[in-house]
Amino acid sequence: MAKMLEKQANESMETTKSMTLIQGVTDGLGTMLDDDENILVLGEDVGVNGGVFRATDGLQEKFGERRVVDTPLSEAGFVGAAVGMALNGLKPVVEIQFLGFIYPAYEQIATHVTRARSRTMGHYHLPMVIRAPYGAGVRSPEIHSDSIEALFTHLPGIKVVCPSNAYDAKGLLVASIEDPDPVLFLEPMRLYRGERVEVPTEKYSIELGKGERIIEGEDVTVLAWGAMVPIAKKAAEQMKEKNISCDVIDLRTLYPLDKDIIAESVQKTGRVVIVHEAQSTGGVGSEITSVINDKAFLYLKSPIERVTGFDVPVPLFALENDYLPTPQRVQDAIQKVIDF
Amino acid sequence: MMEIIDKAGKFVSKEYEKEITKEQAQKFYYHMLRIRTFDRKGKALQRQGRIGTYVPFEGQEASQVGSALVLEEKDWMFPTYRDHGATLTFGAEMDRVLLYWNGRVEGSVPSKEKNIYPASVPIATQLPHATGAAMAETYKGTNNVAIAYFGDGATSEGDFHEGINIASVFQAPVVFFNQNNGFAISVPIEKQMNSETIAQKSEAYGIPGVRVDGMDVFAVHFAVKEAFERARNGEGPTLIEAVTWRFGAHTTADDPTKYRDQEETEKKREELDPILRLERFMKNHDMWDEDWAEKIEKEIEAELDDAIVEMEKFQKPDPADMFDYVFEEPTWTIQEQKEILKGATK
Ligand SMILES: Cc1ncc(C[n+]2csc(CCOP(=O)(O)OP(=O)(O)O)c2C)c(N)n1
Ligand SMILES: [Mg+2]
Repeated sequence: MAKMLEKQANESMETTKSMTLIQGVTDGLGTMLDDDENILVLGEDVGVNGGVFRATDGLQEKFGERRVVDTPLSEAGFVGAAVGMALNGLKPVVEIQFLGFIYPAYEQIATHVTRARSRTMGHYHLPMVIRAPYGAGVRSPEIHSDSIEALFTHLPGIKVVCPSNAYDAKGLLVASIEDPDPVLFLEPMRLYRGERVEVPTEKYSIELGKGERIIEGEDVTVLAWGAMVPIAKKAAEQMKEKNISCDVIDLRTLYPLDKDIIAESVQKTGRVVIVHEAQSTGGVGSEITSVINDKAFLYLKSPIERVTGFDVPVPLFALENDYLPTPQRVQDAIQKVIDF
Repeated sequence: MMEIIDKAGKFVSKEYEKEITKEQAQKFYYHMLRIRTFDRKGKALQRQGRIGTYVPFEGQEASQVGSALVLEEKDWMFPTYRDHGATLTFGAEMDRVLLYWNGRVEGSVPSKEKNIYPASVPIATQLPHATGAAMAETYKGTNNVAIAYFGDGATSEGDFHEGINIASVFQAPVVFFNQNNGFAISVPIEKQMNSETIAQKSEAYGIPGVRVDGMDVFAVHFAVKEAFERARNGEGPTLIEAVTWRFGAHTTADDPTKYRDQEETEKKREELDPILRLERFMKNHDMWDEDWAEKIEKEIEAELDDAIVEMEKFQKPDPADMFDYVFEEPTWTIQEQKEILKGATK
């Protein structure tokens, strides 16, 4: 106990703490559970076990079983229940254990989560968040590696957010929970325990719908999100040696897209490489291409290049690295738009 | 609960006494030992980094062997990720099963002789498949049967209800074989359902439901056998709940001490271990033979060693494979992308 008090005292004296992405998520959840007693966390294994990745570690101990709830194995059931809770005054934050297991809940999302406000002309609205780890590259079993953000950006009525570091994870999670409408919050599991960054221990939020420039450059715009951000960054750093400077943007929100940051960058560089790990056809990259077409077409000096996963089910892990975009593939694409 | 032999290895029910022979007991014992040896090796290979995340089933050997040995050549098996004990017993090739755990899709390709659908990872999705495969057998006029394996947690998913309901309406020749191992990852059965048992859910569908001691290989075997006979005779589906226990972790990526006392589980071994129980039974009934036991142990080790060698010398994965089996004829996007990968700077 004394130790705990001491720890708390230390924490409140510090203003930031070094955290991995998953710690940013846990901290964001804890901050919000503390902030508003209508918020609750629910999902499979989120309570006693603290989540299979430990994203909710310690939260049930701290906030109790009513606030951090282990549900039956029933995605349609607990996403549907979250709809009922949200329209009746609670603010549920639901965890889907892996994005590839959201499919049973897709009906609830497509027919109810996204529509309550429209169907009642605003009488009801759903302040709820669905969190899910996603993506390949960690040798997971089948279906655990899907990257299906486009199935949700296509649905009218839900925002889609995807942080790439601990600072953004906490700030965007706070904003998502505070948002009056449903948000799908995608967590790149490949980055969960990667780089640490300084994260304020206090509550703060990052506006949804805003991308961030992570490397400033003049020649080529490189757009990425989630687990592809470090890949894009690495490619850009390599290209520096060839005197090619990249404007690397982490989009952070996939719906609504930050059209301003995209337009501004493309108007400056005139060349674009979009990187995503999801399959190519119908991916968010296609939508970004449309935004560029609308906002910066006449500035383009070369066709837009996309570096994506392929139009195949994400393979079992023996081939997942062949499926995933690599820094080298991104560098080749950058070279291609330069050489055009 | 249906029981044939008790913890001490004595008959509880004399009903089946005549049907149980030394030969059969030895066969059951052999298969249980075989899959346990495989399972322990699986965990070891994962620790050594020679395969990926592995899903152990220790404790569930009686359930998997007792059920799988009921299937005949043309029957259908729809397993989960935890049922490779059953698939190995039915006839899946051991090196292939290892390949699966090494992230190789070749491991999901069934042997030509056996109808084994790849393990379903999304929970409960395989129940409707078993129903449909069974319906197809009736359309074809055969008397082949399908069996779906699933866990206690799976009963909470919609597909559990939908698969069984359709089967009950069409009286499909399918057996829904539940292994109630007490947990769905960290969630104990009391938090999974308010029902007393899983078997009782059969009542809602108007089909037979049987609750059986899943640590008693004979009880499992005869319960499943009777369900298969009903199915073959056109009497429709059965729901079986085999009450078992998972001794180890949910997967090699799981730490069970976060949610339960593993020492308690180890203490239960004396009482619960299905292999120990069968050994006691065989010793009590003059069916045990030390030489035979040593011999099969060696045989199993040798088979497993060979399978590991086969797995490790298997040809390197070919990236082309991920493009070549999406459609019979690859679409243009797939063709183009295959070329992109081929041409990519290494
Ligand atoms: C639709 C779906 N949701 C979540 C998961 C993640 N998951 C994998 S196994 C498991 C627990 C399954 O429990 P049970 O049905 O009892 O089978 P057991 O693992 O005990 O054999 C969960 C939640 C999944 N595979 N599929
Ligand atoms: Mg279970």
